[in-house]
Amino acid sequence: MEWETVIGLEIHAQLATRSKIFSGAPTAYGAEPNTQACAIDLGLPGVLPVLNAEAVRMAVKFGLAIEAELGRRSVFARKNYFYPDLPKGYQISQYELPIVGLGHVDIELPDGQTKRIGVTRAHLEEDAGKSLHEDFAGMTGIDLNRAGTPLLEIVSEPDLRSPQEAVAYMRKIHALVRYLGICDGNMQEGSFRCDANVSVRPRGSHEFGTRTEIKNLNSFRFVEQAIAYEVERQIEVLESGGAVVQETRLFDAERGRTRAMRSKEEANDYRYFPDPDLLPVVLDDALIESVRATLPELPDAKRRRFMDQYGLGREEAGLLTASRETADYFEAVAEHCGDARLAANWVIVELTGALNRAGLDITASPVDAARLGGLLARIRDNTISGKIAKGVFEKMWQSGEDADTIIEREGLRQISDEGAIETMIDEVLANNPAQVAQFKAGKEKVLGFFVGQVMKLSRGKANPAQVNQILRRKLAE
Amino acid sequence: MHRKTLIELRDGLQRGDFSSVELTEHFLHRIDTRDRELNAFITVTGELALAAAREADRRRAAGQAGPLTGLPIAHKDIFCTDGVRTSCASRMLDNFIAPYDATVVERFKTAGAVMLGKTNMDEFAMGSSNETSFYGPVRNPWDRERVPGGSSGGSAAAVAARLAPAATGTDTGGSIRQPAALCGVTGLKPTYGRVSRWGMIAFASSLDQGGPIAQSAADCALLLGAMAGFDERDSTSMDHPVDDYLAALERPLDGLRIGLARPFFGEGLDTGVERRVREALAVYEGLGATLVDIDLPHVHLSVPAYYVVAPAECSSNLSRYDGVRFGYRCQDPQDLLDLYTRSRGEAFGEEVKRRIMVGTYALSAGYYDAYYLKAQKVRRLIRDDFLRAFEQVDVLMGPTTPTPAFRLGEKAADPIGMYLSDIYTIAVNLAGLPALSIPAGQVDGLPVGLQIIGNHWDEARLLNVAHRFQQETDWHRAIPADYA
Repeated sequence: MEWETVIGLEIHAQLATRSKIFSGAPTAYGAEPNTQACAIDLGLPGVLPVLNAEAVRMAVKFGLAIEAELGRRSVFARKNYFYPDLPKGYQISQYELPIVGLGHVDIELPDGQTKRIGVTRAHLEEDAGKSLHEDFAGMTGIDLNRAGTPLLEIVSEPDLRSPQEAVAYMRKIHALVRYLGICDGNMQEGSFRCDANVSVRPRGSHEFGTRTEIKNLNSFRFVEQAIAYEVERQIEVLESGGAVVQETRLFDAERGRTRAMRSKEEANDYRYFPDPDLLPVVLDDALIESVRATLPELPDAKRRRFMDQYGLGREEAGLLTASRETADYFEAVAEHCGDARLAANWVIVELTGALNRAGLDITASPVDAARLGGLLARIRDNTISGKIAKGVFEKMWQSGEDADTIIEREGLRQISDEGAIETMIDEVLANNPAQVAQFKAGKEKVLGFFVGQVMKLSRGKANPAQVNQILRRKLAE
Repeated sequence: MHRKTLIELRDGLQRGDFSSVELTEHFLHRIDTRDRELNAFITVTGELALAAAREADRRRAAGQAGPLTGLPIAHKDIFCTDGVRTSCASRMLDNFIAPYDATVVERFKTAGAVMLGKTNMDEFAMGSSNETSFYGPVRNPWDRERVPGGSSGGSAAAVAARLAPAATGTDTGGSIRQPAALCGVTGLKPTYGRVSRWGMIAFASSLDQGGPIAQSAADCALLLGAMAGFDERDSTSMDHPVDDYLAALERPLDGLRIGLARPFFGEGLDTGVERRVREALAVYEGLGATLVDIDLPHVHLSVPAYYVVAPAECSSNLSRYDGVRFGYRCQDPQDLLDLYTRSRGEAFGEEVKRRIMVGTYALSAGYYDAYYLKAQKVRRLIRDDFLRAFEQVDVLMGPTTPTPAFRLGEKAADPIGMYLSDIYTIAVNLAGLPALSIPAGQVDGLPVGLQIIGNHWDEARLLNVAHRFQQETDWHRAIPADYA
């Protein structure tokens, strides 16, 4: 039988507010345990939550970016369950009335087609703390620094049909929240993570198969691997006459497998009810419009503009707009050197290659956009050749110096003096009479040999275009 | 000094008749000698009180005294006090010292009031007799074999016995008004959102409201002025202007329209109590008021609606007491479940457990719509009943409780009977309205309370109406013989 995969993702994006969603405690990552938790985060008796207005604006920003119906009146609810790192015994979340309703994003399929993925909803909630099971000799340590950190939970429709589509969607949301400046997207630190709901059904069927939920996937690679494994597993179960059990599963990255965590049947009854400590969140037009005014150019729009304005191909424009930082870097380089085509090539090939080798993010590049632009300007004004430029770039990467300093010090300036080039050409022609004869006999390919010899003689500095032109003239004499 | 009202003590301090230290020492001495038999206090903060009194006297000498400077008061042990244990009368919090003051405590502190100590109450404010306290029951100063009411029973008894001139309380279903009535003192439950709940340990968040318990409406006006107002730390506190409650006290009552809520004069009302209430109404008629019968068609649903909403919220609010971070933790927990079940099982009393279970049930999948959602709908109907009534009348009046104080242990084994002692007070909380109880006479030597209910934010009117009665009568000046 042919099977169809059905996937929905629940993405948790940690909002980049300075303070927590219901308290004034800071949200910075990596502090000593329990140093960033105030009385409210600790759930001490008598304390009350007060909603962080910035978190609301960030959620609205996301809603506008995915063209969603905004929840004009959204309600915080308590999700009740006991866990040691959940201080109040309930998590404040949104249940029936979320702040962001139905919206959508477009992803690109491998064949270049665009597919629209529905976003069911996005709601605000607080994160829990962390349980530390090591280092306490059989006891569990509790770190509540993360407790109360604002999260936006983004729930997709079950529109994804392959692990690759799931990853494309997750990357799209990842780029979006970073463009919007509402999440740092740091997956290692858990700022951006997802749960995947996976099921399979016979192709052509309209009913959903029984799904499993894979929890806490914190890299794109894991999302792809975990879903691929889970799909295979479910198909195997079904084809051997079994039934998929609705359950929560964990992905074991070392083994590349998912395993059952707990089944939904014995899952908690969370006893959701509206939190009486918080008023409904009402979004009025003024608030929505003031947030809309802060929306940056979004990835899709930027990509179209790069294609129109700079004449870039779809793929190039896609690579350059994958992150806001890359796009900004590219535009700065292009402006500096006055040649977008050249800037695109260098950013995509040389710069990206060097960054990948060094394992660096573009924001940490040792060569900033102004310097790279300065280097490319020297290619454009014929001070150096593209080939020389690669060597200069390497030196810039190592030393942090600008291109001109290196070009001057190392005497790399291209030779464009016609007399000097003629002298070198005369020397080469005089030393290679046999090849001159061949050329004159009609073997035009020998021209390349002469160019190479002249370049060698000039240690790469002769202007190749000029060399070509003078050579032809001389050989025609 | 203890026979004076708070207003009179304020005037005495201003005139220099006595110092705050003298006043504070006097009440500390009364607590020291008389509270063993009443058990109104859980914690007495004598040294802190004297230090605050000395500071108050210094400020007065420097000409920096405000209206409450140097006046002793007691706080219900549900208000968190920085550095002083806040137990909520539960074994769970017997060892809990908050690192912050409740907004109410902070405001009194800023105003220069002197805290004498923390008063006894029903555990987590769940009870109507003050018998559920981990620290033992409070006794009614009028008859020590009887209950003072609850949950603010310690505050009401302390004021009735003049161990404190005034105290704070909280009211979720009648917890200020019912003990005020049974102890013969004046207690005001303000509009929901009038007084900040920050630092006030939650029982049922959508119903809880702090307020004053004192000897007179004028005293309550003085106290409410200090307590009321918007607090950015409590999202449910409202940014509504605070009236000058003292200035409004003397307004004449000519033309006042008083509604007699029919459901409050029905079956179960003690005839003696009804007689005192009718006599009080006659006093109002003498002051120029007219009486109108009012129907409140949904109010009979108050008790069942309340006993869904309040336990539901309580079951969630009390989840934080898990033995993990603070409060009681059982000995040698074997694993996580054992830690939870024994810590909670050993530290919560029976009534608290009963309400947690009822509330958990009411919120459970499959029951939520039938119970919680239905109760919230009933709540809106009750509120609408009241709002319609206030289109016809200025205030509503009736008895605060169906009977005077009952005997200790009389209803302890009968939770439903106990719940019915709040039958006249609960609807007010469901509707978020302000209401107060004032002494309106006695039956067999036991005080009777008259409840006056107002429209939202109408505290100034309520206090005015109560004050005019207290100018005509002196029930509020009656002190139990043993404590005179």
